[in-house]
Amino acid sequence: MTMWSWSAFFEYLFSPFLLYGAWTTIWLTVVSALLGLMLGGVVAAARMSGIGWLEKVAFFYVWLMRGTPLLVQLVIIYTGLPQIGIKFEVVTCALLGLALNEAAYLSEIIRGAVQSVGIGQRNAATALGLTKFQAMRDVILPQATRVMLPMLGNSVNGLLKTTSLTSAISMEELLRRTNLLIQERFLTLELFIVASIYYLVMTSAWSLVQNWLERRFGRGFEEEARLENAEQR
Amino acid sequence: MPNSVDPVISAEKVGKHYGHFRVLQDCSFEVKNGEVVVICGPSGSGKSTLIKCLNGLEGFDEGRIVVDGVSVGDPKVNLTKLRSRVGMVFQQFELFPHLTVEGNVMLAQRRVLGRSSSEARERARMLLDRVGLLEHSAKYPKMLSGGQQQRVAIARGLAMDPKVMLFDEPTSALDPEMIGEVLDVMVNLAKEGMTMVCVTHEMGFARHVGSKILFMDQGTIVERGTPESFFKNTQSERAQRFLKNILHPMGI
Repeated sequence: MTMWSWSAFFEYLFSPFLLYGAWTTIWLTVVSALLGLMLGGVVAAARMSGIGWLEKVAFFYVWLMRGTPLLVQLVIIYTGLPQIGIKFEVVTCALLGLALNEAAYLSEIIRGAVQSVGIGQRNAATALGLTKFQAMRDVILPQATRVMLPMLGNSVNGLLKTTSLTSAISMEELLRRTNLLIQERFLTLELFIVASIYYLVMTSAWSLVQNWLERRFGRGFEEEARLENAEQR
Repeated sequence: MPNSVDPVISAEKVGKHYGHFRVLQDCSFEVKNGEVVVICGPSGSGKSTLIKCLNGLEGFDEGRIVVDGVSVGDPKVNLTKLRSRVGMVFQQFELFPHLTVEGNVMLAQRRVLGRSSSEARERARMLLDRVGLLEHSAKYPKMLSGGQQQRVAIARGLAMDPKVMLFDEPTSALDPEMIGEVLDVMVNLAKEGMTMVCVTHEMGFARHVGSKILFMDQGTIVERGTPESFFKNTQSERAQRFLKNILHPMGI
């Protein structure tokens, strides 16, 4: 047995089997991030609704999802729920687990960002005759988005890697497919390095998207950013 | 419908308290069409709270406020509609930082009054020209000085064609050299007949264009009168002390 096989490394660097696994990782991330964002928005709205019981329900949800490991949640959904007659496809279980968990974290990010927009801005919007909904959509959220984007971006970056946990419930994403190959070929180091490169390419690509988004929503704040940088220097 | 001789604003025995702490007590006054009412007084006297009650940004517990024929304290009243007829300018400007200067002046015109984009833009540009900032239309608020931002805020309020403009310490957050440009805009407005309520310490402004002055202390209106009588013939000891401190802070 050789220490390191370059030929095996290059053979698998562009392997369709692994590339397809990476593709699965990507869409798992995108779909669960979008679902998580929508649900997270609902949870954040519930926590700021001013309606006592609704706020408690939302608080309980966040407490529960953040207080237990995602792996445990996935296993409960995949192997626990069938015990009481609730059975989903693997893909559904993976998406459900990831989205429900992500929503809890995102709701806290959204809530913090919305609350960071000061009372003065709300008053200005209200005084102009905007309704609560209009004030939220046209004044608060665009500003909150700028505040939350870096945190949302980090969260998606984390999610991209967290999808690998779904391999434990036999979701055939990148890690699962890497493991399957390793069981066949015993090229442990080569294959894990290839998988790591895939993850790196994906997270780096996401960083580019994130930078673009932050610039896009930072309009009107460039001057401030420039001054802050100058002060730090 | 309100009659043209009816006051634009009438407040009767307005009171507000947080627990046992009285913020406002027995505040009554009227603002007639075209009048400029100046509210002054030491900080913590309740003047900012009182002006925020006028468009329902703050609630109150006692009394009655009628603005343009609408009872502000009535829970059945659609306040958003009334608010669009009452312009307000804040101490900290509160321009929307994510919108351009023009966008700031256009937003509520489009959303609340339902004006078309071109209509709103035309009105915005006309008003920005009037406050001397037309060439800054495409800039974002952060790129402007405080005085310029406050002038945009005034244009934003005027764009709604308000019945009355409320100013809550519009020059208190400004560098001294920028106060003049904002006051100029306000003086012109007053001269054009705009009905205004101004919480301000700018006694020159009060003397020059004020129709009447209300002096507040500890949540009540202690003294009221024309600028003439208020400055020349100050009655209460508290107002005398206030004027002495604000006009001659070093005692000279």
